[in-house]
Amino acid sequence: MTALALNRKTLRALLPLASLALVLAATFYAQPRTMSYFGLNLMLQYAVPIALATIAQMFIITVNDLDLSIGPFVGLVGCIGATYLHDTPVLGILALLLCIGAYAAMAALIHLRNLPSIVVTLGASFIWLGIAVMILPSPGGKAPDWLKAIMSLQVPLIPFPIIAALLIALLVHIGLMTSSYGVIMRGTGGNPRAMARAGWSELKTKMVMYGLAGFFGVLSGLSLIGLTTSADAHIADRYTLYAIAGVILGGGEFVGGRVSPFGAVIGALTLALAGSFLIFMRISPDWQIGAQGAILIIVLALRALISAGEARR
Amino acid sequence: MKKTSLLVAGALAAITFAMPASADTKDKKIALSNNYAGNSWRQSMLKSWDKVTKQAVADGIVAAADPFTTSENQVTEQAAQIQNLILQGYNAIVLNAASPDALNGVVKQACDAGIIVVSFDGIVTEPCAWRIAVDFKKMGAVQLDYLSEKMKDGGNLLEIRGLAGVFVDDEIHKGIEEGVGKHTQFKIVGSVHGDWAQEVAQKAVAGILPSLPEVKGVVTQGGDGYGAAQAFKAAGRPTPLIIMGNRQDELAWWKEQKDANGYETMSVSIAPGVSTLAFWVAQMILDGKEVPKDLVVPFLQINQADLEKSLETTEKGGVANVEYSKADAEKVVAGK
Repeated sequence: MTALALNRKTLRALLPLASLALVLAATFYAQPRTMSYFGLNLMLQYAVPIALATIAQMFIITVNDLDLSIGPFVGLVGCIGATYLHDTPVLGILALLLCIGAYAAMAALIHLRNLPSIVVTLGASFIWLGIAVMILPSPGGKAPDWLKAIMSLQVPLIPFPIIAALLIALLVHIGLMTSSYGVIMRGTGGNPRAMARAGWSELKTKMVMYGLAGFFGVLSGLSLIGLTTSADAHIADRYTLYAIAGVILGGGEFVGGRVSPFGAVIGALTLALAGSFLIFMRISPDWQIGAQGAILIIVLALRALISAGEARR
Repeated sequence: MKKTSLLVAGALAAITFAMPASADTKDKKIALSNNYAGNSWRQSMLKSWDKVTKQAVADGIVAAADPFTTSENQVTEQAAQIQNLILQGYNAIVLNAASPDALNGVVKQACDAGIIVVSFDGIVTEPCAWRIAVDFKKMGAVQLDYLSEKMKDGGNLLEIRGLAGVFVDDEIHKGIEEGVGKHTQFKIVGSVHGDWAQEVAQKAVAGILPSLPEVKGVVTQGGDGYGAAQAFKAAGRPTPLIIMGNRQDELAWWKEQKDANGYETMSVSIAPGVSTLAFWVAQMILDGKEVPKDLVVPFLQINQADLEKSLETTEKGGVANVEYSKADAEKVVAGK
């Protein structure tokens, strides 16, 4: 009985990995050329900023909220990175810190006024976009050279995007899943009242989580312009949905502080690869979004199946 | 290596002068990366590509010429698409870009992988890519040149602009301002944004008309001439000389007026078939020909005499179009 339960739990944990392996195998089959250092590097490069945005979203989902502004926020960071950070680094760093502060302030607003996070972040998304357009009215700017250098790093044997993705997942895993403060943060998502009774301020944990989300949003924006070499206010509009889908695909849930950093990163990689696979298969763009949605639904259905088995016992 | 291929190309061209096919590019693959397909202009562009490249593939000029369109006008999506095209082993990528700057990173990667990148319409600024740009400024200026010929005494003009904040709108507007500076007998008495859409233009013109003195001419950006005409009619004012923008409804209205009262004007816009010009340019570069990095595409002007012919060949709801042949492309490259 216990062995079987354990089996289901591992099965659940392995599901994101299995879907990644499946999509990867399908991509290799569709386009054998991708099965090389060069191919993987190229194909997974754009997965790094998506993975970082997904981690940012994961922090918010951990405390039972949802962030609808991460895409435009990443775009704003990109615009700051390609203008201030390039021309006047000190001012640029200050502006980015201010962005992270704004995220923490958003948490305070949501908590103190007891507002739904969806509404506040949706509103914030327009503010980010507005500021981004003000900073960079038309596409352009230049990414700092050190950013470009980091993102085009050539590591022997294993392509850089894979190393970066693993490193991100590992760091967040240590911080959120194994440290004692991480337990508190996840607990706030699981049962905020119990955590408050135990003497942990929900306001403070929420602000820390949103601040962390802001921090990873900044990393995502910077890594993105390191790849594109210049910015555009609309550069990351799609990331909002990618990030939510990545967390869910990676085994996270909307309630109860049930998240997984490794899962989230794997989810982001799966989504990025699925896009490539669909292009290799020459599926018409009108169907591509639908096909990505179908992948999401299939994974969720499998998970529901496993969970249903768990609940029966 | 390059020299030999040039020599071979030259020899072949000499031998098979009548046949446009050149053996050099027959196993090369060209991809079209397009960022948007949501309006009539883009649909015509894709149709033209399909028509011309299918023939080119059938003739054995290139091995493949596949179009790829991203579902939403998104930089990141198009960047990923181009990376996949690199991996698929295309020899050249013809590109209508979502952003002039933000795709530079991936365009450089393509160049480094030895791929020819030719951008058109939505061009990219990365130096390693070729650019087929439209001289939008001149598109504005020719309107004033035409008007000054038609109306020696000059008069008041109404300007209809495009979508605010877009590069194209700024450029055409600058051209019109330059034209007014050159032909000082004209004066712009009003300016509205028509967003390149007839309904929007009609509403905007109807709104500003009561406050205007007599208007002699209307300068436009395309997709707004028919709407302007309707607004003048509804207000009961005499129809001024309205410059048209090659849309089918505009040409049809022009024809109707011409038959009724000998109305005269001209029409100017970019032909969506510019995608086929980009295709031939890519093919020529693959063939080893010397092509300057910056090319200017001629715009398509319809004069009184060509009206019937253009109207006949333009689909309902479409845009007047020309598809380029290899010979046309060679002329553009030679700067003629």
